[in-house]
Amino acid sequence: MAGDPAAVNVPAPPTETTHGVLRSALVRWDTALLVVLAAVVVVAGVLVEGFASGRNFQFLLLDVVAIALIALPLTLIVITGEIDLSVASTLGLCSAVMGQLWVAGLPLELVVVLVVGLGAVLGAVNAVFVTKFALPSLAVTIGTLAAYRGLAFVVLGDQAVADFPFRWTDAASSTVADGAVPWAAVVTIVLAVVFGVVLHATPFGRSLYAMGNNAEAATFAGIRVARAKFWLFVASGAVSGLAGVYWTLRFASARADNAAGLELAVVAAVLLGGVSIFGGRGTLLGVLLGVLLLGAVRNALQLADVAADTLNIVTGGLLIASVVVPNVVAMSRTRLRRRPRHPA
Amino acid sequence: MSTRPAVSTAPPALSRARSVHQLWLAREFGIVVALGLLVLVTTLDNPAFLSPQSLRDLLLGAAILVVLAVGQTVVIISRNIDLSVGAVLGLVAFATGKLLSSAPGTPTVVAVLAGIGLGAVCGVVNGVLVAAARVPALVITLGTLYAFRGIDHSWAQGRQINASDLPRSFLGLGTATVLGVPVLAVIAVVVMLVVGFYLRSYRSGRELYAIGSEPAAARLAGIPVGRRVFTSFVLCGALAGLAGVLYAARFGTVDATVGTGIELQVVAAAVVGGVAIFGGSGSVHGAALGALLLTTIGSSLAVLRINPFWQQAVVGGLILAAIGLDRLLAVRAANRLRGRSSHGG
Repeated sequence: MAGDPAAVNVPAPPTETTHGVLRSALVRWDTALLVVLAAVVVVAGVLVEGFASGRNFQFLLLDVVAIALIALPLTLIVITGEIDLSVASTLGLCSAVMGQLWVAGLPLELVVVLVVGLGAVLGAVNAVFVTKFALPSLAVTIGTLAAYRGLAFVVLGDQAVADFPFRWTDAASSTVADGAVPWAAVVTIVLAVVFGVVLHATPFGRSLYAMGNNAEAATFAGIRVARAKFWLFVASGAVSGLAGVYWTLRFASARADNAAGLELAVVAAVLLGGVSIFGGRGTLLGVLLGVLLLGAVRNALQLADVAADTLNIVTGGLLIASVVVPNVVAMSRTRLRRRPRHPA
Repeated sequence: MSTRPAVSTAPPALSRARSVHQLWLAREFGIVVALGLLVLVTTLDNPAFLSPQSLRDLLLGAAILVVLAVGQTVVIISRNIDLSVGAVLGLVAFATGKLLSSAPGTPTVVAVLAGIGLGAVCGVVNGVLVAAARVPALVITLGTLYAFRGIDHSWAQGRQINASDLPRSFLGLGTATVLGVPVLAVIAVVVMLVVGFYLRSYRSGRELYAIGSEPAAARLAGIPVGRRVFTSFVLCGALAGLAGVLYAARFGTVDATVGTGIELQVVAAAVVGGVAIFGGSGSVHGAALGALLLTTIGSSLAVLRINPFWQQAVVGGLILAAIGLDRLLAVRAANRLRGRSSHGG
C-alpha cells in the first residue's frame, strides 16, 4: 500500500473487495468529473460566445487560483476528518496586514514573507485549539472565522490600500510567454503536485486516510494524529496567507473584507471533488477538477449574461448532486444486490 | 467524547443525568453572569444604556437572532447543522415583501403564516435530502444555502422592496409593544419557551438528544431517526421563515442580500449558549441567551465608544472561550463521575 498514484488505475485484486470497490469508485468519480468538465468546456465553447478564447481561458484560471490554492491543504484536512472554515478570514487578515506593512514602508519582498508567516501563525492558533485542547475543528474555525475577519477590520478598518507598484500587480496576472497560462496558475500547479505527492505517495499521506477513517485505530497503529493535524492546519494558514498576497495583488487592493465568504466556495469545491466530509476518502486530482468545473460553469454562465448571484443556484445544485447522486446509486445498488438473497 | 466514563449500574447513571443537568445550569448561569457584567460595565460608563428605549432596541435586535438560534439548536442537538437559515430568511423576507406589496390587503396573520409555510418548505427540502439520501447535513445545507440564495437573487433581479410599499399594519408588527416590551421580543420568547418545552417534555423531543448522542444506538433503540431528523429540519426551516417575516416587518427594506452570512452568527449563538456542535447536549434557552449576549456585545461596544470593528473579533474570541469552557466542564464532570462510579464499585 505504498500508494503510488499510478497504482490507482490498476484493478484491485478480488480479495480486497471493499478496497477495490472504494478505489474504483474514486477513479470513477474523478473520471466522471473529467467527463463533465470536458462536456461543459465543449458545450460552452460552441454555445457561448467568447468562452473558447485564450484571453477568457486566462481569466478563468486567474479566477480559480485563489480557490484552488486554499483547496490544496483543505483537501488534506478534510480527509483527516477535520475542517478549516477560517481560510477566507485568514486571507482577509493577511491582506489587511499586507496593506498596513506596505503603507509602513517595508519592501514588498519582506512583506510577502511576513504575511505568509502570519498565515502560518494563524493556522497554528487553529491547530493548538484543535489538537492540544481537543476541540471540534468545526466550532474552532467558525470562531476564528469571526475572530480573524474582525481583526482584519481592526487592522485596516474599511479603507483600502491600493498603491502597490505596478510591477507587482502586473505580475499577479502575467502569463507564461505571454500566452494564456498565468504564472499564478503555474505556481498553483507546482504546489498541487507537492500536495498530491504528499497525500498519495508518502506514508504520511496514507496515514491521513487512516485517521480520517478511524482516528482511534490510527492512534493505536502508531500514527501521531495530533502532530499530523497540527501541521496540516499550519499549512492551511500559510497557503491562505499566500492566497491573500495573490488576491491583494491581483485586485491591486488590500481590504479587510477581501474574499469574505470564500470559505464556502472552497469547501463546496473540495466536496464536489469527491472528498468525504467525514474524512478518509478523496483525491487531490478530484478536488482540482471540482475547482475547475465550478469555475468553468460560472465563467460560461457569466459570459452568457446570467447574473452572478443567480449562479449560486448552479453551485448549490452541483454540490448537492455531487453527494446525493452517488449515495442514491450506492443505496439502490445494495438493495438490488440484496433482493435475490432475501426475496420479499 | 472519548472521556465518557463507562457507567453500567443504575445509580451512577442517575447521578450522571443529574450532573449533566447541573452542567447545563452552570453553563447557562455563566452566560447570564457574562451578560450581567457586560451590562453593568456599559451602564456604569453610560447610564442611558439601561434606558427603556435602549433596552427596547436591544430586544428588537436580539429577537430575530433568537428565533433562528432556537431552530438551529433543534437541528444541532440531533448532530446535524443547518447552514441554509440565512438564505431561507432572505428568501422569505423577500417573498413576504413581494406578497404584501402586490396584495396590500393581505392580513398580517396570513403573511406570517405564509412566511412560516415557505420556510417549512425549504426545511422539507433540507430534511428530505439529509434524511432520505443519508447525506451529511453540512454538505446539503451548504448546497441549499447557495441554491435558496440564488433563487432569491433571480427572483429579485436586483430590485428592492421599500417600507413605503408595505402596509402600515404589517410594519406595525416590527415596532408595536406590549406593556413596553416589543412584540418581536415577545414572539421570540414564546418560540423559545414552546420549543424548549417540546425538547424537554415530549418523547420525540428527548429522542433528538438520543440521536445526537449516538445515532447508531438511537436507531437500535427503535427511534425513527430519519423521521425525527426530517422533522427537526422542517421546524428549523419554519422558524427561519418566521424570522424572515419578522425581518421584513422590522426593517421594511428588503432586497436579495438580506441575512447573508447570518448563519454563522446563529451557529455562534448556539455554541456560545452551550449547545455542543456534535449534538446530544444543550438547550434552546442557552442558545437564546447566547444570541442575546452576541447582540448586547454589539450595542455595548458602540456605547463604550470602542471601535465597532472590534465587534467581530470579540465574537470570535467568545466562541473560542465558550467551546473551551465546555470542554473544561465536560472533562471535570467526567472526572467527578469516574471518582463516584469507582467508589460505588
